[in-house]
Amino acid sequence: MNTFNTTARTTLAQASAPARSGGFAPGWTATLAIVALFAIAITFVAKGFQLFQATMVLSYAIALLGLNILTGYNGQISLGHGAFYAIGAYTTAILMEHGGTPYWATVPAAAVVCLAVGYAFGRPALKLDGLYLALATFALGVAMPQLLKYKHLEAWTGGVQGIVLMKPEAPFGLPLTADQWLYLFALLVTVIMFVIAHNLLQSGTGRALRAIRDHAMAAEAMGVDNKHYKSMAFGVSAAYTGVGGALSAIAVQFVAPDSFTLFLSISLLVGIVIGGVGTLWGAIFGAVFIMFVPSLAEKVSKAAPWAIYGVVLIAIMFAMPGGVVGMLRKIQERFKTRAGAPGG
Amino acid sequence: MDAFLHQLLAGLASGGIYASVALALVMIYQATHHINFAQGEMAMFSTFIAWSLIQAGLPYWAAFFATVVLSFVLAAVVEFTVIRPMHDKPALSVVVVFIGLLVIFHSLAGWLFGYTIKQFPSPFPQDAWYGSSMMSAHEVGAIFVTLLVVAALFSFFRFTPLGLAMRAAAQNAASSRLVGINVGRMLMLGWGLAGAIGAVAGMMVAPVVFLDPHMMTGVLLYAFAGALIGGIDSPLGAVLGGFLVGVLENLIGTYVVGTELKLSVALVLIVGVLIVRPAGLLGRTVVTRV
Amino acid sequence: MSSILEVRGLRAAYGATRVLQGLDLDIADGEIVALLGANGAGKTTTLRALCQAMVTTEGSISLVGQRIDGRSTEQIAKLGVGHVPDGRGTFLGLTAEENLRLGAYARPSRIGADADMERIYGYFPRLKERRAQQAGTLSGGEQQMLAIGRALMGKPRLLLLDEPSFGLAPLIVKDIFAIMRRINQEEQVSILLVEQNAKLALDLSDRAYLLETGRIVLSGPSDDIRRDDAVRRAYLGE
Repeated sequence: MNTFNTTARTTLAQASAPARSGGFAPGWTATLAIVALFAIAITFVAKGFQLFQATMVLSYAIALLGLNILTGYNGQISLGHGAFYAIGAYTTAILMEHGGTPYWATVPAAAVVCLAVGYAFGRPALKLDGLYLALATFALGVAMPQLLKYKHLEAWTGGVQGIVLMKPEAPFGLPLTADQWLYLFALLVTVIMFVIAHNLLQSGTGRALRAIRDHAMAAEAMGVDNKHYKSMAFGVSAAYTGVGGALSAIAVQFVAPDSFTLFLSISLLVGIVIGGVGTLWGAIFGAVFIMFVPSLAEKVSKAAPWAIYGVVLIAIMFAMPGGVVGMLRKIQERFKTRAGAPGG
Repeated sequence: MDAFLHQLLAGLASGGIYASVALALVMIYQATHHINFAQGEMAMFSTFIAWSLIQAGLPYWAAFFATVVLSFVLAAVVEFTVIRPMHDKPALSVVVVFIGLLVIFHSLAGWLFGYTIKQFPSPFPQDAWYGSSMMSAHEVGAIFVTLLVVAALFSFFRFTPLGLAMRAAAQNAASSRLVGINVGRMLMLGWGLAGAIGAVAGMMVAPVVFLDPHMMTGVLLYAFAGALIGGIDSPLGAVLGGFLVGVLENLIGTYVVGTELKLSVALVLIVGVLIVRPAGLLGRTVVTRV
Repeated sequence: MSSILEVRGLRAAYGATRVLQGLDLDIADGEIVALLGANGAGKTTTLRALCQAMVTTEGSISLVGQRIDGRSTEQIAKLGVGHVPDGRGTFLGLTAEENLRLGAYARPSRIGADADMERIYGYFPRLKERRAQQAGTLSGGEQQMLAIGRALMGKPRLLLLDEPSFGLAPLIVKDIFAIMRRINQEEQVSILLVEQNAKLALDLSDRAYLLETGRIVLSGPSDDIRRDDAVRRAYLGE
């Protein structure tokens, strides 16, 4: 009984420890400012296709943020998040194509739809832990394309051919190309999503989520309603990934079932692991990785880029399990101890 | 009625394949408490190896047995080099490694053998005496082979000292070492067997669905469903579950939702079992201690 | 008498936590030696260290003159060390007979395994009755007998017993200890017995060591140890 109580208390204490999610502490504001400048500068420095790539990075980053909320902060493994990316993308496409909804309104709509679907999936999935949840979400990821191709939904989804969309023009006659505007729009959405996530994870909710991740039984004993938080985590996570999907649909101007296979879910998993599980900044690093490394891999081996991808994945698990952010933190620690600065 | 019987029997035939793969999954799960997400791709890769041997001129059964042996070795090597070093890492890292393996095998197959769909021969001639309008010769043969493999495996585990040692190592590694069992070697053997079983499953399914890198993803899903329904820590359950899923898939696909949604059926089955009875039909419910 | 076990300067740690601070032990052929001490003194750790299981060690351990430190647990088992662990380590999902047969894995040769199994059933007739029963359904006492039998199947030179009396009714314990004396004499197996129950251990053993916080503080013939005042107060309640 004694050990149980101590475990519970330590768990909650650890969970309420000062936000690791805030990023590397020294020069926090300076780093942020630099990143912001860099992000905005891209609008004017990059060319059309590069802007598209940057927009896709942002859409992946938001999606990864979503997956990280679930897996990194709440400890539930999902191998099927590509399904929510797909639902977000298709929500956007269907609303724009059949409902004439303006592109910017489809983004919150996608969030709401995915929140509902995610919560609905998360509720029964409550009983599933670790590997079993991984299994169930794996099934979801595999089954999704088939669902999207389903004959009886064709009128809405466009079946195998999917739906083609129009790229939005910059509003109010601003002197920006469509690509530039879309990038800025995505950037705005990204910033908003990150801020919400940051606040969420810093708050009591975030602590509860982490407590559940670290020791579910102890958290429950301490009064955390596991059922509610775990389902919420699933819903919020799905919503985020759905927003990412929505943005990608607008950027790519096209949705089709075969864009959302198991390999997308795998890419998302790769993204959070590479970036750093349980970190916010990791989402950016992960997004850059999954955007650019497959094409790099293709250069190394034209015929088997995913094989290289797989090897890199395994190598990183061996060498750098904390992902990029984990590695950066280690480097930061070493700087601190060398400079003899007082801890923290 | 005839059509129904035909579907039922066809379901049993595919069920046999799912049963074998489910058995492989359960074997690895029992020994390591890991789910081998790469099992399907490894089986597919093995089938391609068989295909190349046959293309190179080897008679079918020679290629068959050579492939089984090669797959055994390959899987054992994978266990030793990639999986064993990860044994004490967090669950997520291990899952990522399995996914990495999935991706590597899938991609290698595409690279070495191409993505075009290929024909794979069946050793059971179409006009064989045991074929009929109810069940094709291949379906009968496939069930027979599956049952043979399962029976051989069960006998191995039950009646041989090595089989006993493997069961022991899977149940209690610490005590196994105390009686002189090299647990690592047992793990390698377990993986090797799983790889061999997967190869057999792949070679039995390929003549029906044709050979391409995507061949086994669906099969793996059904095998998961079967293993879960039967009880992920029960080999007998896995086999029964596999047959059950095969039949359900076929019947529900034909009479209820249409064949295009068959994978969704698997999804629903998996989620359903996990919610209603995670231990499956024959598994043991695990009580988590604080 | 030849030496079965010679331990010099044994240190052991779980990760960063040092538990044994440097032990010297000797066991001669045919002896029963007791290792006494309170909870947390390091008794179980000592047995684990001898088998190179779960702890990192420094210092030398020699079995019948051969160094075994640095070897793997399974190799040490095959060299003739039978360890009956803390908590019995029964293979719960297997039958009683399968548990025994597993013990034979450590033997140098399978010849005589069946005869040995019969002899072990002779020591533990209750096990024979339950040979086909799942081991997890056996009582505590039966599982203890099973664990001892399993270790004996390996034809060990040295038997390590970790708290065999734990959780068992006094009558059963009496039976088991009597059987252990028979085993020591009839099978020519040396025994290192770890016990919290000092009285039982001292009655059975020829010599004893007293362990306190990772160090041997007292050693000698059991009769002498039994008469030691400090021991009587602290461990025998007299």
